[in-house]
Amino acid sequence: MTVEERVRAFIADNFVLASSDGGLGGDDSLMDLGVMDSTGVLEMVAFLEQDFGLDIQDTELLPENLDTINAIVRFVGRKQGSK
Amino acid sequence: MTHPGQVGLEILQLDAAAEIARIAAAIESAVLGTLRKKGVVVGISGGIDSAVVTALCARALGPGRVHGLFTPERHSSQDTLRLSRAVAAAAGVHAELFDITDALAAVGCYRRQDEAFRSAIPDYGEGWRAKIVLPSVLDGGYRVFSAVAISPDGREVRRRMSVESYLGLVAATNYKQRTRKMVEYYHAERLNYAVAGTPNRLEYDQGFFVKGGDGQADFKPIAHLYKSQVYQLAAALGIPDEVCRRPPTTDTYSMEQGQDEFYFSLPYEKMDLCLCAKNRGIPASALTQALGLSTEKIELVFKDIDGKRRTTRYQHLAPILVEDVPEISNHT
Repeated sequence: MTVEERVRAFIADNFVLASSDGGLGGDDSLMDLGVMDSTGVLEMVAFLEQDFGLDIQDTELLPENLDTINAIVRFVGRKQGSK
Repeated sequence: MTHPGQVGLEILQLDAAAEIARIAAAIESAVLGTLRKKGVVVGISGGIDSAVVTALCARALGPGRVHGLFTPERHSSQDTLRLSRAVAAAAGVHAELFDITDALAAVGCYRRQDEAFRSAIPDYGEGWRAKIVLPSVLDGGYRVFSAVAISPDGREVRRRMSVESYLGLVAATNYKQRTRKMVEYYHAERLNYAVAGTPNRLEYDQGFFVKGGDGQADFKPIAHLYKSQVYQLAAALGIPDEVCRRPPTTDTYSMEQGQDEFYFSLPYEKMDLCLCAKNRGIPASALTQALGLSTEKIELVFKDIDGKRRTTRYQHLAPILVEDVPEISNHT
């Protein structure tokens, strides 16, 4: 599975609104759509750290890294590239 | 002086005497009329909100129909009981003390809190003090909780919490508000009284209460008032100065925790202004002078307000039925 497919699968399995929402656009805001709340951010971070072996700092918990599927994919790519 | 096009704290000003009379009439109607109860039980915390509710109930029903309760626990501030007694004395109401520490220990509240803190901070143990904090909304990042703890020798440690430890900590801590409400309803039933809720508008709107805990009540006489307005009533009601000067605190964790570092984005007077302006359709750009913040930062606060409304909406909902039961719903 690609990074995007793994992220989409995680969202569909874990965020209640996402599973019944049909397709989330890659640039749709997970926060603004109510898909992810602050607890969801913690779940997303735990998923990315565990499944991709990342070490995510508090300073990286930013909308530009985590608010859309495309942003998450880019963030994971940057983090993996810097390891 | 407020510049043209700008608004400030004046939008929160009210006629305290008139508002006190209006609320007192509403309390009398609610308690003696709608609820058909003989008086009111109110939990007194030593904070401004419960102090004002106590005084309003005494004003509405007479002090003899108000039963105050002091329910401190192991982590309550040393000031809590003394200030609570001052509130009851100023209002002339009878109040009794029931320390809930033993009840909380029996249900595992403290043990579970310690386990949650230890899962975030492995060194955490005997003699440590701890709390949870949120980063400022003004930083622009996601607001996720961190555990902060101080060791017995004064070393401070801060760690982001996992979702399991965060949810476990909140669930364990909420035993406190739910135990207090259980005690309040014990006395309410014993006396045939109603239970007063003490949330102000900021707390009520933003879901800063525990469902089945401090969110549970038979009536909430200051839920329509911004916290700044509660202070205006306090001054008119003769609430003790020390209570009026006490910074808002959750009084919930072993480390002191301000409401603004735990939940709200800004100190209460600034949050009030943001919430009031947002509710009245006043744009963020009109608050820059009063708040000393840029329009962009104020819009982050507005967005945080919407986010909290969305995530805490369920706390306001009544239990959801499969279909309406009109014989009941038509009478509520």
